[in-house]
Formats: sequence, C-alpha cells, structure tokens
Amino acid sequence: MSTLNSKIPEGPLDKKWSDHKDHIRLVNPANKRHIDIIVVGTGLAGGAAAASLAEMGYSVKAFCFQDSPRRAHSIAAQGGINAAKNYQNDGDSTFRLFYDTIKGGDYRAREANVYRLAEVSANIIDQCVAQGVPFARDYGGLLDNRSFGGVQVQRTFYARGQTGQQLLLGAYSAMSRQIGKGTIKMYNRHEMLDVVVVNGKARGIIARNLITGEIERHSAHAVIIATGGYGNVFFLSTNAMGSNVTAAWKIHKKGAFFGNPCYTQIHPTCIPVSGDHQSKLTLMSESLRNDGRIWVPKKKDDNRKPVDIPEEERDYYLERRYPAFGNLVPRDVASRAAKERCDAGYGVGKSKLAVYLDFSDAIKRLGKDAVAAKYGNLFQMYAKITDEDPYATPMRIYPAVHYTMGGIWVDYDLMTTVPGLFALGEANFSDHGANRLGASALMQGLADGYFVIPYTIGDYLADDIRTGKISTSTPEFDEAEKQVKERLNHFINNKGTKPVDHFHKKLGKIMWDKCGMARNEKGLKEAIAEIQELKKEFWKDVRVPGSLNEFNQELEKAGRVADFIELGELMCKDALNRNESCGGHFREEYQTEEGEAMRDDANYAYVAAWEYKGENAEPVLHKEELKFENIKIAQRSYK
Amino acid sequence: MNLLLKIWRQKGPNEQGKMVDYPVTDISEDMSFLEMLDILNDQLVVKGEEPVSFDHDCREGICGMCSLYINGQAHGPERLITTCQLHMRSFKDGETIYIEPWRAKAFPVVKDLVVDRGAFDRIMNVGGFVSVNTGGAQDANCLPVSKIDADKAFDAATCIGCGACVATCKNSSAMLFVSAKVSQLALLPQGKIEATERVLNMVEQMDVEGFGNCTNTGACEVECPKGISLENIARMNREYIVAGVMSEEKKEVTGGF
Repeated sequence: MSTLNSKIPEGPLDKKWSDHKDHIRLVNPANKRHIDIIVVGTGLAGGAAAASLAEMGYSVKAFCFQDSPRRAHSIAAQGGINAAKNYQNDGDSTFRLFYDTIKGGDYRAREANVYRLAEVSANIIDQCVAQGVPFARDYGGLLDNRSFGGVQVQRTFYARGQTGQQLLLGAYSAMSRQIGKGTIKMYNRHEMLDVVVVNGKARGIIARNLITGEIERHSAHAVIIATGGYGNVFFLSTNAMGSNVTAAWKIHKKGAFFGNPCYTQIHPTCIPVSGDHQSKLTLMSESLRNDGRIWVPKKKDDNRKPVDIPEEERDYYLERRYPAFGNLVPRDVASRAAKERCDAGYGVGKSKLAVYLDFSDAIKRLGKDAVAAKYGNLFQMYAKITDEDPYATPMRIYPAVHYTMGGIWVDYDLMTTVPGLFALGEANFSDHGANRLGASALMQGLADGYFVIPYTIGDYLADDIRTGKISTSTPEFDEAEKQVKERLNHFINNKGTKPVDHFHKKLGKIMWDKCGMARNEKGLKEAIAEIQELKKEFWKDVRVPGSLNEFNQELEKAGRVADFIELGELMCKDALNRNESCGGHFREEYQTEEGEAMRDDANYAYVAAWEYKGENAEPVLHKEELKFENIKIAQRSYK
Repeated sequence: MNLLLKIWRQKGPNEQGKMVDYPVTDISEDMSFLEMLDILNDQLVVKGEEPVSFDHDCREGICGMCSLYINGQAHGPERLITTCQLHMRSFKDGETIYIEPWRAKAFPVVKDLVVDRGAFDRIMNVGGFVSVNTGGAQDANCLPVSKIDADKAFDAATCIGCGACVATCKNSSAMLFVSAKVSQLALLPQGKIEATERVLNMVEQMDVEGFGNCTNTGACEVECPKGISLENIARMNREYIVAGVMSEEKKEVTGGF
C-alpha cells in the first residue's frame, strides 16, 4: 500500500497557501538560535534557503563542492525568470502562469504546488530588485520583459543573457552577509557523501573535505538537499562538469523516494558534438528561436554549403508541422522534430547529427546590427566554439540534455519521505511535470528557497525546540562514516585499468541511445541489462590514483559516477513502467500517426515515486494520483 | 597536432613545486584547452601517474572556477574568454605551452594548478551586499533606476570572480574585483544607504588579505574575461574618498559610534 501523503492543504486553490501559512506552527526567535539546519548546495534554491533561514535566526551550515558558493551551476542560466507581474498589461495573472506551467508540463505536475509557485513568483522579482540584481530596464527606469516558448504573454524578466548569474550573485550576496555575521557557517570544497538518519529522522550528514580528504560529521535538526539535477548521467549535457546526483542518490538509498526519474529535458538548440574528446555541451538560448528559422535540406545527404541551397530546396520542418507556433514550439516538441529529421537522413554537418538555425531572414529584415544587439554574445560564443561565423552561415544545432524534471519526491512542505529531510529546486521532482517551460527553473529554485521552505520548515522544527544539540558520537554516525570510508578505500585500492571517465562515457552512450529523446520497451530492457553489466565492470576495473587524504579529483569523480550508474538503471525502469508519451518522455510505441506524443491519462496520471529496497532488490513503485480540479486536462496542441 | 606541455606540479600548499614536461599527441584543434588536459589526465591515470589537478566546472565561461596562466597570460592568448572557452586552434602544431597556476600571495596554491580564492569570499562577506532580509520587499517597479545606471551596474555585476585580474597585476591587486561590486551597488539606489561602510570595509578586508595596491597599469582590464572596465576602479576611489570624509563627519556627530 502506498505510503505517500502529499499533504496538500484543503480549501480552494487560491487560498491553500495563505491558509496553510496562517496555520502551520512557528518557532520563536529565542528557540531558533538553538536549532541547526544543514543546507547542501548553494545554487538558487540552496543559497536562497540558507540566507533566508539564517536571517530568521536559525543556525545554518551550508555546503558546496566548489571553491565558493558563487559558482553553483544556476549561474549558467541564460534567458530569464518568469513572474506573473503583468507589468506589460497583457492580461497575465497568477492563474495564467499556473495554467501555462501545468499545460507545458503535459499535465503531470501537482496543481497546488504549481499554483503556489505562480503566486510567489512576483515576490521573487521584488526581493531580487531589493538586493540590487540589475535586471534589464526600459528608458523610463522600469523593468523590461520578454517572451519565451509556450506562452502568449511577456512575463520573462532578464539580465541580458546572464539572468542566472545575476540572480545567483544576489542569493550569494545575501549568504555573504550572513556568513559575515556568523549565522551561516560555510563549508566550501566539501562534498556530502551520506545523510545520517537517527530514530527515523534526518539528523546530519557525512561530508568529505575535498582539500584534506578528511571525513567529517555534521549534525543538525533538519537537512536540506538543494544539489540540482542529474543531467550528467548522460555524460554529455549542458550541466557543469561537477553537477552530480550523489546527494540526492544517497538520501534515496536512506529512504527518500525518487519521483519520475525518467523525465529529462532535452534542449533543442545546443552546439552539436564535434568529436569523442567532447566533455560538455553548450546551450544556445531559446530566445534565438524568436528570430532564427530551423531547416534541413529537402534532399538526403545534401553536402552543399547551406548558403548554396536554394530556398525551395529547404525544409523548414517546424513551420511545416506546427504552423501556429512555428519555430517557437516547446522544447520537447522541437527536440523530437530535429531528431526525426536527422534519423530520416536529412541531418547536416560532418556528423549528420545537426540541423540549421538560420538568421539570414532576420538579418535581411532587421539588419546585422539589430541582430547583433539582441544576440551578440551568443553569436560570439558560437563562433568561439565552432570557428564559424553565424552572421554569414547558419548555426548548426542539435538537442542536448539540459534539465531533469524528475527528482526527490517531496510533499507540499517540500519534505521528502524521510522526516526532517527536505529537497529544493531542481533536486526535487515538483512543479514542472513532464516538461519544463523556459525561464521557469530560476523561478522554482528561488520560490523554494526564499518563499516556501522558510515557512514550511518551522512546522517540522516546532517539535525540536527542546531537543538540544544533536550529538555526532552515536552509532548511526559511526555506521554512516564507516560505510563512506569503506567505499572510498575500495576506489583507491582497486587498482583497475581504466579511468573513471571511460565508464561515465559508456553510461552516457547507453542512456542517450536508449533512454534519451525516444525510448522503447526493447531498448530500455537492453539498457537495464547493459547498465547492470557496466556496474560490475566499473567496480572491478576502475582505477583511481592518489590517496584518500589529499585533494583528489579522480576520487571525487569515481563516487559520482558510481551513483550515476545506479540512477541510470532506475531511470530506465521508470521509463519502461510509463507506457505513454508525455513531455520529455517519448515512448515510440505511444504516438499518433503524425508522430505526436500520446498520453494515457486513464492509467498514468500519477507521479511515480520509487522506493529503494537494497542493492540487489527491485525498487518498489508508489503512485501519487494527480487530481486536476481547476484545469481541464486536454491534449497539448501546437499545430 | 602534437604539443609539449610544461605544467606546474605542486603536491600541496607547503611543498616545493616544479615545472614538468608532458608531450601530448593527436590533439584536435576543435578540442577545448581543458579537454586537452582531460586527455592528458586519462593517459596519466592509465599509466599509474597522478593526474594534473585544475579547477573547472561550467566550461562555458560563467562560473569563474577555471583559471590557469597559459604562456604567461591569464586565461591564455585570446581576449574576453576564460580558459574553458579557449580552443586548441589558438595554438600551432609543435608548440610548447607553459601552464601555471594563478600567482598571488593572497591565492595560495592548493595543489598543482588549483589555488585558494577564499580571500574573495571574505571581502564579499564584509560588504558585498545590500542589507535586506527575505520577505516584505516593495513592488519592484516602485524603485525606478535610469537605464544608463542600470546598464552600468549590470556591466560591473558581470564579474565572475575568477581572479585573473589579481593574477595579471604586477602588484597582485584585487582592485578590479572589489571595485566591480562597489560600483554595481553604488550605482543603484538600493545600495546607496550603505555605500560608506561598504567601500571602507571591503577595502580594509582587501588589505588584510594581502592584495597589493593599484598602480594604474591597466593589465587587469585587458586580461579580464568579462571586460570589466577600469572606470570601476576610478569610481571606487571616488567612493572611498567620499566615504572617508563622511565617516569622519559621522564620528564627530556620534562620538565614534
């Protein structure tokens, strides 16, 4: 029987959050000082949470694996952040942002959470401006907006092509202030390697000091995981090299259910892979699809230069298939269409795994200077990487792994299935359903960190005001530390023949080929078997040089890849279980005659939450039924 | 292409370091500089040698984690990019490439090419913020900011905190880094209230950390991957002088409190 309780408050949708806030328990200021909270990860969600909780008076310990909290990968987000401000007077509202997000997510997100997200979105902009985040402004000095895919209003706030950077530096500045005051104790270059559960409650973590290699025990009354997504399971993705699933995977193994692991977002416009040496992929912002037109030659294996291919021999396939939205269809739709053309033999470039994104019409219409003013930094980035001039020849682009909608299952209070253990931001599964809309990731991370967890965590901690300091000298800490050390020792002593990257690349290839943009039963079953085989090989043959008690980047990677391998298997199992196509999850068996995704609302309108049952046991599926009371569930159409 | 790499190897902060030769072969010009180092490292691991430690993360020029002094230049020979955005087509077949860590007293070496830039965080902790708690902020449009100021503040705010300015400066000065934050907040109405304390505290911390002073050579601006302008240093100097006067006045009024 299912043990999931999403704790969605009673009452009408637009009153749930305010009523909930009015009735949950509080912790008084004098007691807050005696309560410790651990926050792992310092991106938008973790940074915002750490700063806000410290301001409130809690005693916070924050951890990041980078050399400074300012480096978290939220910093790389380009386009913008959505908020239902209606500054453009175009009819935007909380309900519309809610509706667009549910629809964009292909009706696989929880209504109450998404509504709350839309509700607090406006506060985020206010908060960031107060911190000194330099958003784009118009000549009257007021904030400017732009439009993003899948919506019909202008609600995206931005800071040139570096919105994520500016928002993260805002959260970092709020953290810095608290670090200076001593209310946040910051642990840079520390990696969480396990959570410690005492009497069923999360009471601390085991972390490795990445400089000295020392294994440390840290206790707290609650633990927050805000460690981002797991796109690097594919090896190649737009994620940073260090982005990993380890914290999320460790808590999964200690009892936190993993929600919808198969929901992966493949971003349609990235710079294609140039060779086997490639270590990561670079995104070209969605905003480019406002003016760029996507096409492939009508003839297979057409090796002419793109500028030599006449207009009538080009297939603008998005405009052809989706006349209403054209080049601005949502990400999942655009990505699948590119794959379909390349698989059919119409791809371009050396690898034939690319399509053109062409600005010649826009340059003719607006002039080169106007295009440069809008997209200059992206064009420059493209030219640096490919050595081609996108003003003179079309860009070559191909989809790449970008974001993971799946993550740790949480209830309305953002608490996992382990009491006292919370998950925020991309690390949790909530809000985006099966597909995330552009400019919504920043919104969710900051909503969770600034405006949700500061309230909801109090309700849990109200029971802990008399607990006192949590000791780290307990059998639970001993055991967790012992396991962490055994595993690290195994890596160092293994003396295999192949470096960590060898296995990571192999895993990435299996995942991309069989659990990527299109999946089918046969492929997924093969992938599961191949991953199980790879896991054995990895543990037998991985080579990690150096020692435990020093700065050792190969050792860090080994632990992360070991977790990615296990996660990869669960992703395939989840994809195999979901016999429908929805959002980023496309099962080839479930499509219409025109190749569009076919959902099965009767059987799969649920969150798949997986429970870990041990090393060689099958994970157990729990279902959280999704109820749509305020939105009529419908087939998505962008035709 | 085939290259000879001369790389700084140093076991730990207090160990003696040295340059070590590593020939690499079959390097594609489409590779990024860090991908070339990935290949070298995988080869070293298979041979049972210790790979070269270097900092990196986003590999798209925004996180500020990567560093490296390449042939005597911070972030290598190209302008306005970080090391992770540098591609091998910027080098010639047969070339010898010298790779060293950032060199500055305030950035001690952790291992090989990795340095400790914690000093930057500590400077931020004493003033790189607006003192505003979460919750209760007024509507964002209640605070109009002229587009010119907003754009200038943004330009200063694009600093990625990589430390190339310090590594490049003959005095190891952190003026460009500190002035970028001071400028961003001084240009915005939100930051004005605390402008005096901010600039005094941040400059004081900068000195405590052991960074040198600015002698206006301008090398930092040239090597900055984000093109942060020297104008910010001028603005910080102005803010600093004004703050000095203001704080004297304040002392007279409050008797030192």
